[in-house]
Amino acid sequence: MYSEKVIDHFNNPRNVGEIPDADGIGQVGNAKCGDIMKISLSVENNIIKDIKFKTFGCGAAVATSSMVTEMVKGKTVEEAMAVSNRAVAEALGGLPGEKLHCSNLAADAVHAALDDYVEKQGTMAKKGIAFDGQT
Amino acid sequence: MRKVYLDNSATTPVDPQVAEAMMAVLTGVYGNPSSVHEDGRQARMAMEKARWSLAGLIGATPEEIVFTSGGTEANNLALQGAAKARVKKGRHLITTAIEHHAVLDVMECMEKNGYDLTVLPVNEEGIVAVEDVRGAIRPDTTLISVMHANNEVGSIQPIEAIGELARERGILFHVDAVQSLGKLPISVINMNIDMLSVSGHKIYGPKGVGALYLRKGVRVVPMMFGGGQERKVRPGTENMLGIVGFGEACRLAGEGLQEFAALAVLRDRLLDGILARIPDVKVNGPRRGSRLPNNVNVSIRFVEGESLLLSLDMQGIAASSGSACTSGSLDPSHVLLAMGLTHEIAHGSLRFTLGKQTTQEDVDYVLEKLPPIVERLRAMSPLFSETV
Repeated sequence: MYSEKVIDHFNNPRNVGEIPDADGIGQVGNAKCGDIMKISLSVENNIIKDIKFKTFGCGAAVATSSMVTEMVKGKTVEEAMAVSNRAVAEALGGLPGEKLHCSNLAADAVHAALDDYVEKQGTMAKKGIAFDGQT
Repeated sequence: MRKVYLDNSATTPVDPQVAEAMMAVLTGVYGNPSSVHEDGRQARMAMEKARWSLAGLIGATPEEIVFTSGGTEANNLALQGAAKARVKKGRHLITTAIEHHAVLDVMECMEKNGYDLTVLPVNEEGIVAVEDVRGAIRPDTTLISVMHANNEVGSIQPIEAIGELARERGILFHVDAVQSLGKLPISVINMNIDMLSVSGHKIYGPKGVGALYLRKGVRVVPMMFGGGQERKVRPGTENMLGIVGFGEACRLAGEGLQEFAALAVLRDRLLDGILARIPDVKVNGPRRGSRLPNNVNVSIRFVEGESLLLSLDMQGIAASSGSACTSGSLDPSHVLLAMGLTHEIAHGSLRFTLGKQTTQEDVDYVLEKLPPIVERLRAMSPLFSETV
């Protein structure tokens, strides 16, 4: 039911973990529906320098989390914001139909982390700290 | 790689002796059992032998057995057929929250079509209380359906006591015994059962065949109409191949009942081994006594069931889960939720169901492979890091 690529990302997930003092953290899903994805990332000069994930969920949830980290690492904030859940599923060679609805949230988690980053930057800018953490 | 099949409640491999009996029919018995000539008589004899074997296994007489396409059809025929046949007496039906969908969904469909339905709760071990059944009975109750043993957590229901109660009140009693046939002794007489559903492929028989025991005198309205086969209750030329295979499987199951009970030793070895090796594991269902001898069901906290199944599959181990991903809906198993488990814990459920082919080496292989799998998935889980 899963493509080889999904199985590969499930077996050898890329970028598992949490970044201490991350610039942005995003979490989507809930235990009730059975999928929780947590993304932490660090940004330098508007580029996603590092990204890590932790996921509670099925094979598709783990694989999409892993895939999205590969897709956005090294990209600009704007480019990463443009990555959709659908694009992640396509990069994995597709997902079983029912999984497209419940376990395909990885891009949302990245977007949530980026929103958090932007919000933090805004707060810091108000405090007189320059964007991207450069003082 | 080693192959360990521990999903015997989903289905079982066909026993070689069953396959042999079926092959003999496939290649040598082609008559229609309704035909008068010798070919027909030969087919009829093979079919009636199978009927005897099943009847013997449940303490019924052969004329009380109606062959069907499986457990689902048997349940539908029993519930819809009996409710319709008794509609003048009343429209109230009683069942439990942990029934298989082939009972629960039939009941809910009837509720939408003008019947009253009471769905009884179960305790945290997945067992319904006889007192709750007593309390639910109304003057217009016509039918009670309670499964013998639950397919997910293996909990054994107080069938004999419920049957006695139903008999006292003149209410028909249906039992879904798909998971208990060949695993637990069944006596339709002693257990006061009016209708009993069984299936072939759970007891090393073929898929696509099952049966409904209909106690003598119990009337059901057929689901289908046609020829006079199966006393007109289930018309259509009989599935000879399936029926003969099912019959042989019943014969073997009867001989192996005690052997099957001994599987409890391996079941406990597996369960105790998991509890000793992995922290934060919850046992789902009864710990010992009222549990099928081949069922282990645990919730492994902080991880999700399908991930566990995929990882086990990579090691050649076949199991199942009550997580949403495997239940075909967005919700986890209705059985686990009825037992009071939270969604999160239910999503992490893992079921191993042993079979007569299971060895101690199989169990030990699982005990070797499971802990590192859980460790890996927990390291990936945001729920785990929050608690340590």
